[in-house]
Amino acid sequence: MNNAATAHASGAPGRGEIPILSLVNITKKFPGVVALNKVSFDVRAGEVHALLGENGAGKSTLMKVLAGKHKPNGGQILLEGEEKVFETPKQAKKSGIVLIHQEQSLVPEMSVAENIFLGSLPKKWGNRVDWKTLHRDSTEILDRLKCSFSSKDMVSDLSIAKKQMVEIARALVFTPKVVVFDEPTASLTDHEKPVLYDIINTLREQGVGIVYISHRMDEIFHLSQRISVLRDGEYNGTVNTADTSEDEVTKLMIGRSLELDHASKPKDFGENMLELRNLTVNGVFEDVSFTIRKGEIVGMYGLVGAGRSEVAETIFGLRKPSGGEILLDGKVESIRSSHDAVVEGIALVPEDRKDQGLILGMNCRDNMTLAGLNTVSSKGFMKAAAEKRVYDKYQQAMKIKTPSWRQKVGNLSGGNQQKIVIGKWLHTHPKLLILDEPTRGIDVGSKAEIHALIKELARTGYAVLVISSEMPEVLGVSNRIVAMYDGRVTAEFDGDAVSEDVLVQAITGQVVASADAPVDRPVA
Amino acid sequence: MASAEQTKQGFMLSKTHKAGLLNFLSAQGILVFFLICMFAFSLFSEQFLSQSNIMTVVRQASIIGIIAVGVTVVIIGGNLDLSVGSMLSFATVVVVDLHDKIGPTGAIFAMFALTLLLGAVNGFLVGFMRLNSLIVTLAMLSAIQGLVLIYSGGQNVDIANQSETWFGVFGRGYLLGIAVPVLLFALLAIIVQVVMSFTGYGRRIFAIGGNPVAAVYSGIRKNWCVFSTYLISAFCVACAALVLGSRVMGSQNNVGQGYELLVLAGIILGGTSLLGGAGSIWKTVIGVLILGFIQNGLLLLGYPYYTQWLVTWVIIILAVWLDLANKRKRLLTRHS
Repeated sequence: MNNAATAHASGAPGRGEIPILSLVNITKKFPGVVALNKVSFDVRAGEVHALLGENGAGKSTLMKVLAGKHKPNGGQILLEGEEKVFETPKQAKKSGIVLIHQEQSLVPEMSVAENIFLGSLPKKWGNRVDWKTLHRDSTEILDRLKCSFSSKDMVSDLSIAKKQMVEIARALVFTPKVVVFDEPTASLTDHEKPVLYDIINTLREQGVGIVYISHRMDEIFHLSQRISVLRDGEYNGTVNTADTSEDEVTKLMIGRSLELDHASKPKDFGENMLELRNLTVNGVFEDVSFTIRKGEIVGMYGLVGAGRSEVAETIFGLRKPSGGEILLDGKVESIRSSHDAVVEGIALVPEDRKDQGLILGMNCRDNMTLAGLNTVSSKGFMKAAAEKRVYDKYQQAMKIKTPSWRQKVGNLSGGNQQKIVIGKWLHTHPKLLILDEPTRGIDVGSKAEIHALIKELARTGYAVLVISSEMPEVLGVSNRIVAMYDGRVTAEFDGDAVSEDVLVQAITGQVVASADAPVDRPVA
Repeated sequence: MASAEQTKQGFMLSKTHKAGLLNFLSAQGILVFFLICMFAFSLFSEQFLSQSNIMTVVRQASIIGIIAVGVTVVIIGGNLDLSVGSMLSFATVVVVDLHDKIGPTGAIFAMFALTLLLGAVNGFLVGFMRLNSLIVTLAMLSAIQGLVLIYSGGQNVDIANQSETWFGVFGRGYLLGIAVPVLLFALLAIIVQVVMSFTGYGRRIFAIGGNPVAAVYSGIRKNWCVFSTYLISAFCVACAALVLGSRVMGSQNNVGQGYELLVLAGIILGGTSLLGGAGSIWKTVIGVLILGFIQNGLLLLGYPYYTQWLVTWVIIILAVWLDLANKRKRLLTRHS
């Protein structure tokens, strides 16, 4: 790994600057998984240090260790050269380490000032709120952030970007030394972003150390002084932003040799099963066109929020398209509800197993047969024996581990729950199977089993769409890969031949959406 | 994995141990309470456990019971129906009023049709417009009461020639020595219980009440299913109106007032969760009977009629509290 070595040399130490925060050899193990393996990382006062890595590389885990939410199994946290052990997030906060989350936790019906000091409102005689001090202190913080709104404004009246500023202002109450931004621009529009950049730069000039997590290359190159990369739970080098290029960073992110088993992928394809022609849902995604043939696995790769799940939901009848066509088996179909979709032979294994995939309070068997009740009933009455047969078949085929069919699915592990959801759809014998993040939050063993199952299903003639934000998954199972970024298909690739860096470029906005000769795309 | 599993089990064990009493109370508390009451009542009143008294109580409870059967289906589907009280007034007034105008058969058909129409309005607003069921049916409770007054012009209605009509059979008749209202109650309870337990339709209603999002993601037509539960509820109300109208052979404008709460009381007492996705008709039948016996017992003990209201609601709050305590405990074990 020549690249990483040189990158490391030009990075971390050597400049004579003392880091305000150092993480040394942090190791974090979860049952069955090493999430972080001896990761070291440091931030200097007055710098924006970008942290990069694919989904599952360990960024979030590292930040949770830093913020006291996870206890590391090994390693040290040094704040201003002093070793710290954080038992709770509160301790971390008090020491001056603050995380700004994507999800906002403000009280909308309160003023900006009340939100900033929520939980620590200044009091005066008789336990009454000292409004004068409250607004004076709030205004002082807002001024530091160069905010344009007043401390007396209602939070519900503010734009998302301004709400985020309130969130940041709240962090400043504790005079932070290090502020971590986790994908802060995910919910911001393009013209709101500069406001956030200004705040980050203001904080930086005031000597705060900033950790900036994002997938978006343009932001990282615009804001940061240094970039560190995590890969598969390991530290993979730090580079000075000024001395590097997007290409180099991309290589650091993915530079592993994936052991891909292209040979096990299905090979015999039939006619087009699904064809999307310029499918559009206004404000969500635009002009999405691709095809899936019988027996083929198409991977849809993109970041969270790129519009992938929404495309799936539209095919499944849960969203109304505002333009374009969906063709099944060569015929234009109008799918108005999930019921229509099931009748047409479409199955969707949704992204969120617990909220969308399962009735947690129901038992395994009832969940398994829920999408195909007509096949296990006659004249409306359930046939208990037929139901049990269906359950046994898929329970054995997928090796679902559960004491009995009477077990409530809420009590099963993530992997087994996911297998129940997949079983539920196999039982309907669909023509098109869509799997949205089929292995999210699932242990390695079940993951491999589910991947093998997906390939097996395609070989038996299913057309399969796998939506994923994990590159090994997409590369490992797909015959073709459709890349999405910001609600558009940016490129389409041959799943056996595409290189990882090209793929990363396509989903991080480095490739402009265009119609230039994508592989295999039929002429509309 | 193994260690997590162990700690989980350890947690659950200690939890069950501590919550032993609560567990027992939440599972059996109402039944125990009921038995204590029955015993106490029988000590103070010899009539209480007599066959004729028991039959009277069951017959009186059957009107509430018939309605409760339908409302239980709505609740299992994750919604509420508070409009049943006014709907009962409406249906009773209509069937009694039309009896003398178009004859019993026509009156019964017209009453069923109009009541189902009201149910369809509920179902449309909750199922298709996706409005909050509590608000919709509370508004309908008031709106239907207004409708009754407009229809009747504020007058009470009655059947002129009570001895010459077969209409009395639903409220006053006996079949094989059992009162017709009780038979009707039992028949409806059995049919609806069978539908809920053994049909695909019942499974879908449970799924919607358990997790409406996942139900839709499974291709279930949630809108139609929710709509249909309100039709079932309205059908049951129409059956109850048949019994009530036939029994009294007349009707006040507000005859159903307060029934929505008694129905709810019976359902909650039986132990069907207001959160949806769980429950059964049997539970409701038991709850309604408990309610009937307690009210009857209080009367036999010589307490005035209105004490019932106080006692009923003390019991209901107790039941809801137990239900919630049970839920919290379950949530705790799930998230451990």
